[in-house]
Amino acid sequence: MAETQVAAPPKEAVPPINTWILPVVAAWFVPGLGHFLLKKTGRAALLFSSIALMFLFGLFMRGMMFTPEKGADYLTSLINYGGFVCDLASGAFYLCAAVFGYSQPDMPGDVHDYGTKFLVTAGLLNILAMVDAFEIAAKKRD
Amino acid sequence: MPRVNLSHFEAAVLFSLLASVVLGITTKKTTRERLNYGAYCFGCFVFALFAIGWAMKLGHG
Repeated sequence: MAETQVAAPPKEAVPPINTWILPVVAAWFVPGLGHFLLKKTGRAALLFSSIALMFLFGLFMRGMMFTPEKGADYLTSLINYGGFVCDLASGAFYLCAAVFGYSQPDMPGDVHDYGTKFLVTAGLLNILAMVDAFEIAAKKRD
Repeated sequence: MPRVNLSHFEAAVLFSLLASVVLGITTKKTTRERLNYGAYCFGCFVFALFAIGWAMKLGHG
């Protein structure tokens, strides 16, 4: 029986780094700044306000910031490191909070717990915004 | 720094709203698609909020 070979689709070339590095780094540092640099001001304003509100409500609810430390077991370590990366993804918001000494221990209570989730989600949403800025800068979407 | 004490419901709705805005902006190509998808995500969040809330209430007895 003759075998039919299906040609693999051609790989997309990675766009040159100088076309996207500035918007992506700017998008990490200040949410929405990447879109602003790419002249998408409406989207930039919405991203900034949404992520900033998410982060601020996280602080106002006294959410906990994760620190990259080894836990008692593998899962705890994973949560600590993963949470730290997500917190860090908020960029300047995280750095300002850390510089100004925001420190909240992990406490029981639903409001604190929601606050921690808000802080982590602000970072995750900013990662989405960074990916979007990359795609716009690389002309993969408008 | 001000302190905010939101209820479960208020916090979940606020979370849903902010997350839906970003999901709508970052995943779709046209303004109309973004609006529709943002509203769809928000609706799904709120639906899940009520559905899971009721499931927990009924499961708890």
